[in-house]
Amino acid sequence: MLEIKNLHVDLEEEDKTILKGVNLTVEAGKVHAIMGPNGSGKSTLSYVLSGRDGYTVTEGSATLEGENILELEPEERAAAGLFLAFQYPVEIPGVGNMTFLRTAMNAQRKARGQDEISAADFLKLVREKAKTLKIDADMLKRPVNVGFSGGEKKRNEILQMAMLEPKMCILDETDSGLDVDAMKLVAEGVNALRSEGRGFLVITHYQRLLDHIKPDVVHIMSDGRIVKTGGPDLALEVEQNGYADILSEVA
Amino acid sequence: MMAAPQAKLSANQERLAALQLPEGATWATAARGAALDRLRAMGLPERRDEYWKFTRPDSLTQAEAPHAALFDSGAEPEVFDTVDRLRIVFVDGVFDADASDDLSLEGVRIERLAEAGQSDIHWAKDTYGVLEERGQNPVARPLAALNTALATDGVLIHVTGAVSKPINLIYIHKSETSDAILHNLVKLDKGTELTVLENGPAAARFNKVMEVEVADGASFHHVRTQGRDHERRAATHIFARLGKESAFKSFTMTANGVMTRNECVIELTGDDAIAHVAGAAMGDGDFHQDDTVFITHDAERCESRQVFKKVLRNGATGVFQGKILVKAGAQKTDGYQISQSLLLDGDSQFLAKPELEIYADDVACSHGSTSGAIDEDALYYLRARGVPKAIATDLLTLAFLAEAVEEIEDEGLREEINSRLVGWLERRRG
Repeated sequence: MLEIKNLHVDLEEEDKTILKGVNLTVEAGKVHAIMGPNGSGKSTLSYVLSGRDGYTVTEGSATLEGENILELEPEERAAAGLFLAFQYPVEIPGVGNMTFLRTAMNAQRKARGQDEISAADFLKLVREKAKTLKIDADMLKRPVNVGFSGGEKKRNEILQMAMLEPKMCILDETDSGLDVDAMKLVAEGVNALRSEGRGFLVITHYQRLLDHIKPDVVHIMSDGRIVKTGGPDLALEVEQNGYADILSEVA
Repeated sequence: MMAAPQAKLSANQERLAALQLPEGATWATAARGAALDRLRAMGLPERRDEYWKFTRPDSLTQAEAPHAALFDSGAEPEVFDTVDRLRIVFVDGVFDADASDDLSLEGVRIERLAEAGQSDIHWAKDTYGVLEERGQNPVARPLAALNTALATDGVLIHVTGAVSKPINLIYIHKSETSDAILHNLVKLDKGTELTVLENGPAAARFNKVMEVEVADGASFHHVRTQGRDHERRAATHIFARLGKESAFKSFTMTANGVMTRNECVIELTGDDAIAHVAGAAMGDGDFHQDDTVFITHDAERCESRQVFKKVLRNGATGVFQGKILVKAGAQKTDGYQISQSLLLDGDSQFLAKPELEIYADDVACSHGSTSGAIDEDALYYLRARGVPKAIATDLLTLAFLAEAVEEIEDEGLREEINSRLVGWLERRRG
């Protein structure tokens, strides 16, 4: 599904190399987790894959189902099936949540040569998906993320994911700022989307999210590289011993 | 008597000296004469005048209207087409009876200035030019005095009861050199309500005044669009006086236009009155649009709001000069003013002069003015969800304008304005 090879990335503003040769393959139907200390490059990886400005790829490649996504505009990556659930979802005053969702959905459908979804079908779909995420009608009507609590913002991200049905989902620190109940709700939303045709890359600092979204593979990232890869147990090891132990072990 | 004969008259002085009033001995002639005297005393606006620093008055004051190419909006439906309204049409400032609806409507008396001005006795006698004259102090507005003196026509509207639909003044531009001067007068009796819609470029150059007298408990709503002709020029003034518990709400959409100066002068003279003025302007390239607003609080517990948003690109210029004056005794005044520009490139500019002058001690007044570019984080977020950059930019532009558009209370009118804004953006998306 997603194949990252020897990816090197510089942060333009500070002329600093953040990713120093990342290798990672996420297969369809699998959930991979990336854990790592702060500053290891986890979020940079998610931004580079989704196409945020300010990063320069100096070496390596990233492909989604064989297509080089690094040369695509952010909207083209989204239409190709890539979705990033933001660590800090952006507030957009003046743009209604529903308008935003429908515009995004139809833009993606158009890019794929599909017909636009009808207003009635869209409404039915969004109500159904919103219900399972406990997103009420008021939240749908309000401007995108404006005045939302941390938990509401993350649920809104998952709602977008559910509506857009991407092939490859990247969740960037989705657990940050969530209490246990909110995290469960978000995890249920994600788990409901797990399917054979869909890959997940879950970026997290802590193990606790992985109690709810069970990963198939866990990677440890440090200083811009994947330094260790293992099964779900690796996450538990981090939880018990911290990163220092693992990092000294691989150093 | 004679000035020193060797002194060379400026172009403005020459023009003032040459101005002549229409002949006649009616009430209107007296009002026109007084206005001409006012104008000659204050002179036409000059670049050095404090309130003309950001906008060059030359093309608005010169004797001949500069040439303005006509604009073809294609098969686009007329603005406010979806609204049931009474249409009154002027072509290059000349009333078009065939294109207009019958002027009779229950609850309101509608007449043309050109006709009413001929009668000996008329309610307008005590109103025409009165608010304009009051509005000359403390800031001179010479183009409005010029209008009162020389207006060739206009509409006099006296609201006495319940009116079933809005009155729509439609200004069509058909001559590349037309110079139209229209003066409208609206008088709302106690407790009455009226909506006036205005649209169209009107002429190569348009000088328009609207005086609005809002009696106690009355409500006046005003929504206008100024026409998409690129080369048209306009200097407009609204003068309004508000009685106790009355309301005045005006929204203007300006799209295109090489020169637009919209002045709005409002006096809150009765307690608990409300005045809202808002504008959404969109300029691309050779565009200069100026909103100059002056709101005087002269009664207790009144509320005023000024909400102005301008989207500027390719070297367009937006100007905002807004003032709130709170007189001594105007306690519990609630004044709000915001002016913002969205600069879509580095060539465009926004010039703002917000002013507060307060002589009462128990008031709440706030004002703010900002210039900014498209929010890059929001743009990335939208694109990351699959929205192409051009559409995402338009969405954010509409979101920026929304605060001004939301000032329009009527949902149908709000939708109409929104669809025009969307159309303007879509045509530029290419």
